[in-house]
Amino acid sequence: MKSLYENEMKLEFLSKSNNEAFARISVAAFASQLDPTIEELADIKTAVSEAVTNCIIHAYEDREGLITIICKIFANTIMIEIQDNGKGIDDVNMAKEPLFTSKPDLERSGMGFTIMDSFMDELEVESILGLGTKVSMKKIIKKQENNEEEKEPKIFTTFRM
Amino acid sequence: MNTKYEEKDKLLIFEITEEIDHHQTEKIRRKMDSEIERYIPKKVVFDFNKVTFMDSAGIGMLIGRYKTVRRLGGKTELINVNQSIKKIFEMCGILKIIPISNKCA
Repeated sequence: MKSLYENEMKLEFLSKSNNEAFARISVAAFASQLDPTIEELADIKTAVSEAVTNCIIHAYEDREGLITIICKIFANTIMIEIQDNGKGIDDVNMAKEPLFTSKPDLERSGMGFTIMDSFMDELEVESILGLGTKVSMKKIIKKQENNEEEKEPKIFTTFRM
Repeated sequence: MNTKYEEKDKLLIFEITEEIDHHQTEKIRRKMDSEIERYIPKKVVFDFNKVTFMDSAGIGMLIGRYKTVRRLGGKTELINVNQSIKKIFEMCGILKIIPISNKCA
């Protein structure tokens, strides 16, 4: 089966809080093939951590369920989908508001979606009450100038031959 | 997490060594609260020198400690914050209530 994407991966794990580190580190390892800067990698790790934490605290409310992450790479873009089969979000627009939290008693800052939105290039949230939520994010990894210089002469040579 | 207390200045320093996410904050919070209640410090410093990762769970945790310390009449400060963590602090506006100090502990 030929895929539209250059590379893909899928992770599935239980909604246990000690999987938060596992999830962000795995996605970062997959993203590293795009040669991101340390800052871009930190952005991805933070965004993934926010989305996975939401699944654990809100979607499943500490009962156990499965969280699925699918990552796709196309050109210099990584697409990350984080999905749960939890309770769903009542009002997505309200949930996305900075400082909004449905769980202030847990010392939640209400900044999860705001951080995902500003650290990634695109954010889309689809949710159906009682069925679950899917968070889709995209990040474009900017080519570093040094690398381009190294690569370009090679292509040029190939064309001339 | 390592804790240091200087009696002379009533200064309590938390050197956080964990990655700060939802999983870790519960443990860190409990330890910090028991130390704060034990010493009733005039100033609490959160040292981020060894923190390699933080997400918004860290913001909630710090605001919670800020409230506790303030209630007991103390101040809070951050030191050794790296660029990617500083970005999160700035986005959340937390530096207005818990400033970054240039002094090293």
